[in-house]
Formats: sequence, C-alpha cells, structure tokens
Amino acid sequence: MTVSDDADDRPGDMAGGKGEDVTGGPPDVKATPAAYVPSARRIARERYRRARTRRSFAVAAVSSAATAAVLVALVVNAPGWQRTRATFLNAHYARVALPKVLDGLWLNLRLLVVCGAIVLVAGLLLAMLRTLRGPVFFPVRALATVYVDFFRGLPLIICILVCVFGVPALRLSGVTHDPVLLGGFALCLTYTAYVAEVFRAGIESVHPGQRAAARSLGLTTAQTMRHVVLPQAVRLVVPALLNDMVSLQKDTGLVSIGGAVDAVYAAEIIASRDFNYTPYVVAGLIFVVITIPMTRFTDWVAARMNARQSQGGAV
Amino acid sequence: MTVDAPGPAGAESAAGEPVLRLEEVRKGYGSSLVLRDVTLEVPVHTVTALIGASGSGKSTLLRCVNLLEEVDDGGIFLDGAEITAPRVDQDAVRRRIGVVFQSYNLFPHMTVLDNITLAPRRVHRVPRDRAEAEALELLARLGLADRAGAYPDRLSGGQQQRVAILRAVATRPRLLLLDEVTAALDPELVGEVLAVIRDLKEEGMTMVLATHEMAFARDVADQVCFLDAGVVLERGTPAEVFGAPRQQRTRDFLRRLTEAGRL
Ligand SMILES: Nc1ncnc2c1ncn2[C@@H]1O[C@H](COP(=O)(O)OP(=O)(O)O)[C@@H](O)[C@H]1O
Ligand SMILES: [Mg+2]
Repeated sequence: MTVSDDADDRPGDMAGGKGEDVTGGPPDVKATPAAYVPSARRIARERYRRARTRRSFAVAAVSSAATAAVLVALVVNAPGWQRTRATFLNAHYARVALPKVLDGLWLNLRLLVVCGAIVLVAGLLLAMLRTLRGPVFFPVRALATVYVDFFRGLPLIICILVCVFGVPALRLSGVTHDPVLLGGFALCLTYTAYVAEVFRAGIESVHPGQRAAARSLGLTTAQTMRHVVLPQAVRLVVPALLNDMVSLQKDTGLVSIGGAVDAVYAAEIIASRDFNYTPYVVAGLIFVVITIPMTRFTDWVAARMNARQSQGGAV
Repeated sequence: MTVDAPGPAGAESAAGEPVLRLEEVRKGYGSSLVLRDVTLEVPVHTVTALIGASGSGKSTLLRCVNLLEEVDDGGIFLDGAEITAPRVDQDAVRRRIGVVFQSYNLFPHMTVLDNITLAPRRVHRVPRDRAEAEALELLARLGLADRAGAYPDRLSGGQQQRVAILRAVATRPRLLLLDEVTAALDPELVGEVLAVIRDLKEEGMTMVLATHEMAFARDVADQVCFLDAGVVLERGTPAEVFGAPRQQRTRDFLRRLTEAGRL
C-alpha cells in the first residue's frame, strides 16, 4: 500500500480518514490526540484510486458475465447436450454414488498421508546422498542419480501397473499381493524421485558463503548440512513440496487400476453397472474440492515466506 | 573479550614461533597463478594488514590459510605445525582459526544468539547455558545485548558485521582472518566495526586482515604487506610501507588511493 509513508509520518489520521475510508485507505494506526487533516492532494489521490477500483470491478463483472453466457450457450446448444446431461449429470445417480465414493475416498486420504510421509523422508535422504563428496560415496551417488533419472521419467501409470501386476507374478513368498500396498509402493517410488529433486534444488540454492562460514567455524560436513544448509533449503522448497503433495493426492486415485476400491473405483463400479457416468463426475468434483484448500494453503505459505524475505513495497 | 586467553590446550607454541607462517605458497586457478611463492610470518599478538589492488590475491591467501582452498605448492604452518600437510585434520585446524567475511555470511535462519553459540555448542561442546551466557556478555560489550533474539535481517550492516566478528571469536581462535570486513558497509557504519577490531588487538588477538581502509591499517597494523599480482612486493611496518615505499608499484598504488581520497 503506497499510503504507508503518510501513515508512518503522521500517526493519528484515524479521525480524518474515518467514514470515507473505503478501499485502499490508510492502514489502521494507533490513534493519538494530534489532529491530522489530510491534504487536498491526498484526498484527490484517494478519490482517484477509489474511482479506479470501482471501474475495474465493473469491467471485471461485465466481462465475466459475458464469458459465462457464451460458454453456457455453447454447451447447452451443443447437439448432444440432452444426452450428456442425462449420462454425466444425473441427480439420481449422484445421490446413489456419493456415499460409496466418500467411502472410497477414505482410502485415498490414508494413502496420501502414509505415502506423503514416506516420500518426504525418503526424498530428503536421497537428496542428501547425492550431495556426498569423496570417492567412497561414488556408488551411492551414482545409484541415487540413476534412481531419480529413472523414476522421474517413468510414467506413473506404468510404474503402478508393473508393481501391482508384475510383483505378484513373480510369486515371491512373503511378498504382498495387496493392490493397495503395491499401488502405494509405486506412488512412493515415483514421488520420492520428484521430491528428491526438489530437495536437491533447495540444497544447491543455499549460498556457498553459508557453507564456507559454517566450515570456517569448525563444523564438520555433516554438522554444516544439519544445522546450516538443510534448515535453509527446506524453507526454500516448502511451496514446491506442497505442490507435489497436492499432485500426490490426485494420483492416489490411480491405485484403482489394480482393483483397490478407492473413490475412483467406487465410482467405476456404479458407472459400469448402470451405464451412467455421473459417479465419475462426483468423484472428480470431490477430488477438486479437497485439493483446493491444499492449493490455497500452498499459495498462502509461499506468499507469507516471500513477504518475510523481501519487502517488496507497493510493487 | 578475553580472547587472548590461551586457546585450546596445547595450542601455545615454542617461544618465538610465529602463529602463522607461509612458506613459498603457490596457488593458481587453471592456468592463472594467483599466489606466487608468498612467504609471510605473523607473530603472536600482532596484526598483519594485507593491502593491494582488487584481484591481487588477498582473499585467496586468506582462504588458503583457512583451508577453504588447497595450495598448489609451499606450506602453511600454524604454531609451527604444517596444516597443508596430507592427513591433517582440517576441521581441527579450522576450529583454531576464526574467519570474518566481507558479506558477513550470518546464518539467516538463526537468531543472533544462536549464530554466536552454534560453534561453541556443536563443535566445542560447551553447555548451552554457559555458551549463551558468554555470548550475551560479548554482545553486551558491543551494546548489542538487546539484539540477541533478533534475526540477522533485522540488523544494520554494521551490527551484522559486529555479530559476525563475535561469532568468529566466540570459540577463542588462535588466529583471526578478516577479509575486507568493512567493504560492504555504508561509510557511517565502518567506524563501529573498526572499533571492535581495535579492541581485539588490545586484547592480544593475532589477526590477518585484508583491507582497503589504509588509515586504519596504518593505525592498527604491526605489519603491512603489499600484494601485487600474487607477489608480496613489499612488507614492513606501516611507517615503512606507507611512509617510505621502496617499490614503484607500491608508490603508484598509494598514489591512486590518495587521489581517490582513501588515504
Ligand atoms: N574460484 C576461483 N576460480 C578462478 N579464479 C579465481 C577464483 N577465485 C579467485 N580467482 C582469481 O584470483 C585472483 C585473485 O582474487 P582474490 O584473491 O579474490 O583477490 P582480492 O581479494 O585481492 O581482490 C583474481 O584474478 C580472481 O579472478
Ligand atoms: Mg577479496
């Protein structure tokens, strides 16, 4: 807010600004008895700003309404609209599907929490392995690099198919055939690779001067990592990590291809029995609804961290 | 600041042995030679000022002493023991040498107090309450006690650099290296940092400092070294180097500084 300089210099403009203070007004400051009369220049500036805000709002409203009207007209006038509405947006099937889909969702949420925790720990370990120096650790570094390259490139759906159908085919004794566990394992394999890269980027973006300062104090490589590099790296990558977690949340739906009854598979059961696709729409919307808070939370964390790191001012 | 209390046990050397000795140290990056057979002695309780144009190798020399860089040839001796020898415990050497950087390099995620107590606690295993009590006492002497709980980005440059100096001396190093510690500061903040260095000298801290503050070097240094393209071209007391430079290049350098109003 560009008016803060006024507010800083002359606290106590509450009296003057009160009442007409709509948007973009001066921030609240502690009232002091000194009566401050805003100058004509300030009043003009604020009037101009309010007028501009009103105008932007009107333009945005009109343009949104027009866009929505065009979209609705396009969809409703499409030749197959009646059919589509009956098969995808049927209220009866939505009511039938909702409880089952919610039951299945419980599995998705458990997968998210368990896989998310495993992925964060394993990803961090993998990223640290890749920073080890010295010839002794060459094989460790090389393996970690190969792992990340491989699983970042491998499509998740293929990873899941191979785990869920390939592992039982080996007929190893003592190895589970449970599609939930195997699907979750596949999710962990892939997401650990993503998360490891995020952590590595964070570790590498810590300024080298920080490492030099820590080493010059006599800290060992491990102590430098633990006390100086990692705390800064983790802070840098929290938004990116939350992003990956949002993505993981959606991808838990893929364990259904192995036959685990999650929200997606619950919808599929109803859909294939009744030849109506409304349950898919219900499941999809539920995923959207639970993803939105996580996305907003991610944005909020990112904004807060940026605000703390740089005082951007009005721009 | 009681930093002249004997360092870690056994650090005290035979009488007359300099704290730091460089013997024909050579260091290059790729094909360019940055230090050409630098030889230097730093006696105990003295201050050595490294002066010279930008790029003359001052920072590289300090980084070699702290083993942040590996020398190509020659040897560096701390209290008579070679620290550039193979199989030397580099962490143990760094524990005995403090460093202050031009850009402070405080840890931004730690409070001032945690910055100062990190090495005493984690490296020297001093209990937390004692480490903090000592750190607070050091801060109080510099009038910074009220900033103990603040994060570095809430401090002025001069305050940050003074905290960085405290962090470096909190472990009572045998030798303190300072690399242009006032170069990033606004002019009005330079004085408060130089005052701290002066105090350290009073207390007997052995220091090597690279600096562009010639007036300060002249005032505080026992020995001045003029580095030119990686060679110690001239070495002597401030009176000798500033008052009667023997080399033409030293005279040129000092004249350029005088013209720029830095002397
Ligand atoms: N890591 C490096 N790689 C290559 N060249 C370097 C490196 N560090 C320093 N140099 C070169 O070494 C020379 C001396 O640098 P430096 O010691 O920083 O000088 P000073 O501190 O006196 O300004 C410069 O020419 C610089 O370009
Ligand atoms: Mg330098």
